[in-house]
Amino acid sequence: MSAALVLSGVAKAFGSKRVLDGVNLEVARGESLVIIGGSGTGKSVLLKCILGLIRADAGSIRLDGQELVGLSGRALDEARSHFGMLFQGGALFDSLPVWRNVTFALTSGKAVRGRELRDLAIATLARVGLPADVADLRPSELSGGMQKRVALARAIAAEPDIIFFDEPTTGLDPIMADVINDLIRAQVKAMGATAVTITHDMASARKIADRVAMLHGGNIVWQGPVSALDASGNAYVDQFVHGRAEGPIQMVVRN
Amino acid sequence: MTKLLLPLIALGAFALRAFGVIGQLAIFAGTALGRAVRPPWYPARLGEQMALIGWFSLPVVGLTALFTGAALAQQIYVGGSRFNASSTVPAVTVIAIVRELGPVLAGLMVAGRVSSAMAAELATMRVTEQLDAMVTLRTDPWRYLIAPRMLASTLMLPLLVLVANIIGVMGGYLIATTRLGFNGAGYLETTRRFLETDDVVSSLVKAAVFGFIIALAGCFHGYHSSGGAAGVGRATTHAVVTAFILILLTNLVITVLVFGA
Ligand SMILES: Nc1ncnc2c1ncn2[C@@H]1O[C@H](COP(=O)(O)OP(=O)(O)O)[C@@H](O)[C@H]1O
Ligand SMILES: [Mg+2]
Repeated sequence: MSAALVLSGVAKAFGSKRVLDGVNLEVARGESLVIIGGSGTGKSVLLKCILGLIRADAGSIRLDGQELVGLSGRALDEARSHFGMLFQGGALFDSLPVWRNVTFALTSGKAVRGRELRDLAIATLARVGLPADVADLRPSELSGGMQKRVALARAIAAEPDIIFFDEPTTGLDPIMADVINDLIRAQVKAMGATAVTITHDMASARKIADRVAMLHGGNIVWQGPVSALDASGNAYVDQFVHGRAEGPIQMVVRN
Repeated sequence: MTKLLLPLIALGAFALRAFGVIGQLAIFAGTALGRAVRPPWYPARLGEQMALIGWFSLPVVGLTALFTGAALAQQIYVGGSRFNASSTVPAVTVIAIVRELGPVLAGLMVAGRVSSAMAAELATMRVTEQLDAMVTLRTDPWRYLIAPRMLASTLMLPLLVLVANIIGVMGGYLIATTRLGFNGAGYLETTRRFLETDDVVSSLVKAAVFGFIIALAGCFHGYHSSGGAAGVGRATTHAVVTAFILILLTNLVITVLVFGA
């Protein structure tokens, strides 16, 4: 398996605050990589750098050998067409009905009439276990779990090669979280897509991951197969996996 | 001594910040125009914004123009009668309305409605990552959200100002004929005679400029907002303040350029 996505030396600072400090990471084609790490360690920033939503200060991000850092205009649009993204809060367009949300990428936001597009939306909703009558509702009329599913449907509708999931189970009850895990696993496998998931939910990580990487202090401090998670021999990973307050990771607690 | 200088220092800091913002606004406007000239275009979004800005601003703009026109005619009558010039009411009213009050009042009223609404909507989309999501869904927010708003606002303000001018003159007419003893036909005839093409053209040019400013301020502060719910509130306030200041400033500049020579 060749590496689909190769990050080397990716750095990003906001003002004097260094968030990413030379991240090196490879994602193989067709694999499911889970990135774990505490809140505020820059996991979302890392994804946004890959997607070109945030410009990395330094380093290289290559997709199938093509350099993404520094791309703009049409070349950037083209590169982005390989990506799908499930945002942390869903980020559904609250002014549009569910079915227009799901097909948004297919028409670049244009309101195209016709049954076909609507039917495609309904079929995509079915893939994430939602009934057809959800199609005409507004996102605000849905529960949190249903919103996550619609966001998932929207991310997979255009059949991207690489899908990013930013904390897909945060804010859901354990049962709904497991439903979402199963859906992610099944849809990624069905499409033969590459998946990169960010989470601090260890149950979710164990379920979704082929491989796990841990981000801490702006760097990847450990990576390995999910089976090695409990015997990583890495103090950071141990502390995180077992959720202990004591260890090398110091939470800054201020009043 | 230094205490006395404090307000001056604050004023200087404000001026510096204002210049910075004007520079950023210019870059923002340039980016929007650059993106807007190339497809995809979104005519449905444009139509939606034209209805939202034009149609739904009619009541507030009409009301403002009516009451201001009436009050203006009354004051000109009172002021003019001090030197036997109360017959100038129709001429002075129409010139004051068309050259200044119609565009400025309509601009300010629409800025209060529209700049704030645009800023709040875009800022909320920024906070909830809808703008980022749009980009990953192969849609450019500049073309989908910003360009239609700027174009619609620039197109609709001249129409609104036209309506404001007519209703403003009618407000003066109503007061003059019902309370000040003017003859209806004579009032309208004088109004028509004193109004020149330049007055109308400058009025509509001002309107288009104000329309552009209204959407620019709203989109700029919404698009660049940060910091959660408080950020949305800040974006809304800044949008209205920016629009107000720029409208009053450009109004003075256009007035001096057109009528000062
Ligand atoms: N646009 C931004 N401007 C300034 N700081 C930011 C921005 N985006 C993220 N940050 C900061 O970067 C750090 C990492 O954020 P993030 O990637 O969202 O963390 P997480 O790992 O929880 O996803 C945080 O401290 C955050 O405050
Ligand atoms: Mg995050």
